[in-house]
Amino acid sequence: MRDIVLQVNHLAAAYRKNTVLHDVNFTVRAGSLTGIVGPNGAGKSTLIKTLLQLHPALSGEIRFYQTTYQKAKDKIGYVPQRGSVDWDFPTTALDVVTMGLYRKIGWLKWPRAKHKAKAYEALEKMGMADYANRQISQLSGGQQQRVFLARALVQDADMYFMDEPLVGVDAATERAIMAILKELKKAGKTVLVVHHDLQTVSEYFDHVMLLNRTVINYGKTEVVFTKENIAKTYGGNMRWMGEEEQNVVHSVK
Amino acid sequence: MSYAGWIIFTASLVGFSCGLIGVFLILRKTAMMADAISHTVLLGIVVAFLITGELSGVYMVIGGIVAGIVTTYLVQLLRSLDVQHDASMGIVFTTLFAIGVILIATKAGNAHLDVQHALMGEITFIPFHTTTLPFIGDVPVAVVLLAVISVVVLLLIVVFYKEWKLTSFDPALAASLGIPVTLMHYLFMSLVSVTTVASFDAVGAIMVVAMLITPAAAAYLWTDRLAVMLVLSSSFGIFSAVIGYYIAQWLDTSISGSMAFATGIVFIISFLFAPTHGIVQKYLFVKRETTTS
Repeated sequence: MRDIVLQVNHLAAAYRKNTVLHDVNFTVRAGSLTGIVGPNGAGKSTLIKTLLQLHPALSGEIRFYQTTYQKAKDKIGYVPQRGSVDWDFPTTALDVVTMGLYRKIGWLKWPRAKHKAKAYEALEKMGMADYANRQISQLSGGQQQRVFLARALVQDADMYFMDEPLVGVDAATERAIMAILKELKKAGKTVLVVHHDLQTVSEYFDHVMLLNRTVINYGKTEVVFTKENIAKTYGGNMRWMGEEEQNVVHSVK
Repeated sequence: MSYAGWIIFTASLVGFSCGLIGVFLILRKTAMMADAISHTVLLGIVVAFLITGELSGVYMVIGGIVAGIVTTYLVQLLRSLDVQHDASMGIVFTTLFAIGVILIATKAGNAHLDVQHALMGEITFIPFHTTTLPFIGDVPVAVVLLAVISVVVLLLIVVFYKEWKLTSFDPALAASLGIPVTLMHYLFMSLVSVTTVASFDAVGAIMVVAMLITPAAAAYLWTDRLAVMLVLSSSFGIFSAVIGYYIAQWLDTSISGSMAFATGIVFIISFLFAPTHGIVQKYLFVKRETTTS
């Protein structure tokens, strides 16, 4: 059972007066790439925030690497929703990526040239080297998301939580981000991604979590991501896009 | 130093420290907390006076810090109970300020404390209350207090520069990196309170708000770099203090009022002519774009 990197038992969380999550149970194995899907208001972001103690849990137990979050903190990286920060903040893309290194730099110290070099390398990897010194409001949505990804890369964590990294980005950025996620997985890292596009789930993720206030199902994509389970998650009225595929004539590939 | 020299120097120290603090107030979108705290420190000062029986700098600062932290805490508390953020600020600071006013009227009427003084300050009297320092000689008490606090503010901003930056820009990431975001918030609000208390006696609550918010808002229009914004904002603060003094002399009117007015002028000039975010530049840019295409 050594490869269990996250174990959640009977987790519950509330927003305002409504219970958003109740009796959430699942275990995540090392090296998996999980897509978290579910309807609006299913508690996807709340789940991530609760796991990372950015939102209080009402009850339940969370174990990262067989220990508490506090002790495993430096193994865990977080990519918040793009909309969660003020992009008019007077800072550059390179600066934002350097922020991922702040724990390594330590208290009372200023970032040095080697930290900047590392941040620049990560930007380069995301195809953003030309924009390193741009003020962040002058970047497109896709470019901003790449900056966030670069910042997560420099953290060099073992486990990543990403909140909707593919929302509002262009096709090129989506491909770039997915390439990085696959690379992280290949390097043995565990990645959990809140995702909204059901059509790409099978292609992008090897594991899927169907969430609607509680975990409807979690496991390998080919086993769990079925029409019945999706209908159960989305309340049954969801017209599954794949349904019509039998009537579609594919162009020659 | 001459009488006018001391007044300008005092006001410059206010402009400098408020300018630095103001940058983070703007960036954290808590500019109106400055307004709230600048009023509630009155309660802190009055309570400190009632307990100790004197109006000395140290007790005032301690009373002010406590009042600032209590304000911050109560605002957060109301917010966590689902009261809107701006509404909870309004409720907390008016209530605490009112208690301060009542206490002055009923318990501290004969002390050197009145509401008029609290709001407008009386910078013209600053050079008369002096103390003797080794090597330097006679220095106004307010200047000593302001100088110490300016150094503290500058030091804390430089030392925790990257932490202030990250907790202002992305508190969620800061928390996940192990930076104590809440503690930093209270430390910051304590700095706001300390700066406010120190500036309070010199220039009054209203000008503190002007000095905290306006130079920083103007600096925001000139640059895309945080470090540059800090330098510009504190310079604008000092500049407004100096210009304000001469405006007051020229028009023969209130000094702190003129200084607050000067910050407004700096802002309007920035708003119109700043290189990237000024509206004239934006208008020219749009015109150029439409004529070339």
